[in-house]
Amino acid sequence: MKFAVIVFPGSNCDRDMYHAAKDALGQEAELVWYQDATTLENYDAILLPGGFSYGDYLRCGAIASTSAMVKELRVQAEKGTPILGVCNGFQILLEAGLLPGALLRNKNLKFMCHHEGLIVKNNRTLFTTDYEQEEEISIPIAHGEGNYFCDPQTLEQLKANNQIVFTYSNNPNGSIEDIAGIINEQGNVLGMMPHPERATEDILGSADGLKLFTSMLKNWRESYVAGA
Amino acid sequence: MKKVKIHITLKEGVLDPQGKAVQGSLNTLGYQSVEEVRIGKYLELILADDANVEEQVEEMCKKLLANPVIENYQYTVEEGVTQ
Repeated sequence: MKFAVIVFPGSNCDRDMYHAAKDALGQEAELVWYQDATTLENYDAILLPGGFSYGDYLRCGAIASTSAMVKELRVQAEKGTPILGVCNGFQILLEAGLLPGALLRNKNLKFMCHHEGLIVKNNRTLFTTDYEQEEEISIPIAHGEGNYFCDPQTLEQLKANNQIVFTYSNNPNGSIEDIAGIINEQGNVLGMMPHPERATEDILGSADGLKLFTSMLKNWRESYVAGA
Repeated sequence: MKKVKIHITLKEGVLDPQGKAVQGSLNTLGYQSVEEVRIGKYLELILADDANVEEQVEEMCKKLLANPVIENYQYTVEEGVTQ
């Protein structure tokens, strides 16, 4: 399986994401500078890493969401290519309208960086089949603007379609309904504030994030590699 | 040239922790009458004279300058600005 890790000016978790796909999962991965590829056709999955693209100018992820790379992301999202956006990657997906809602400043106004308990609310997505439903996992967060917000109608839709994939055990940032991660209706675009790529080996304090990547791999093998 | 002044504010019902912190500080300074503070953004754009400035600014706000999920925007266009 071949992963693309998209690098924007100001991305700073791109190497972690690359390490997770390449070393922890043992698959092919490439860092793709946002201006270098006009197509992402040759990749089986796309990873949008965390960081501070364009210095968080205007709003987190807003400037990156206008890039040609995001146009190509829309094409791939439509085609069903798995896309994972973590932290700033999640913010970019929201700003691009590939996921509904927005992220506000943390309720306590602080940048927070520590492990949080997450509950797997939907283990029937291509990103979560290796988890148990309602499994509690430990994944680090590192953000100042991770307070998920959407209007009541959108929230109803998210619930009705099972689009809430992860919630916080102890909501650290004020997100509505403790939301930590959501998926699109089609089921191939996942955005989350916590960093699964920083929790792929025990030496990192938790290996609970690895199952997200192994889920992607298994589901890719099942759907795209006939007879594998 | 035209000068466009844009105000971007948080929608009603969207939590503004920054505004809350500032309100707390104002109260601490003795301004007990301050019941709420909401913080927004102010932008100034200089545009070349163009037939449809309003239409363009409207688009710019929708596409980039404001996030319609959480923000409202208002703007005014001033004629005949010299740089």
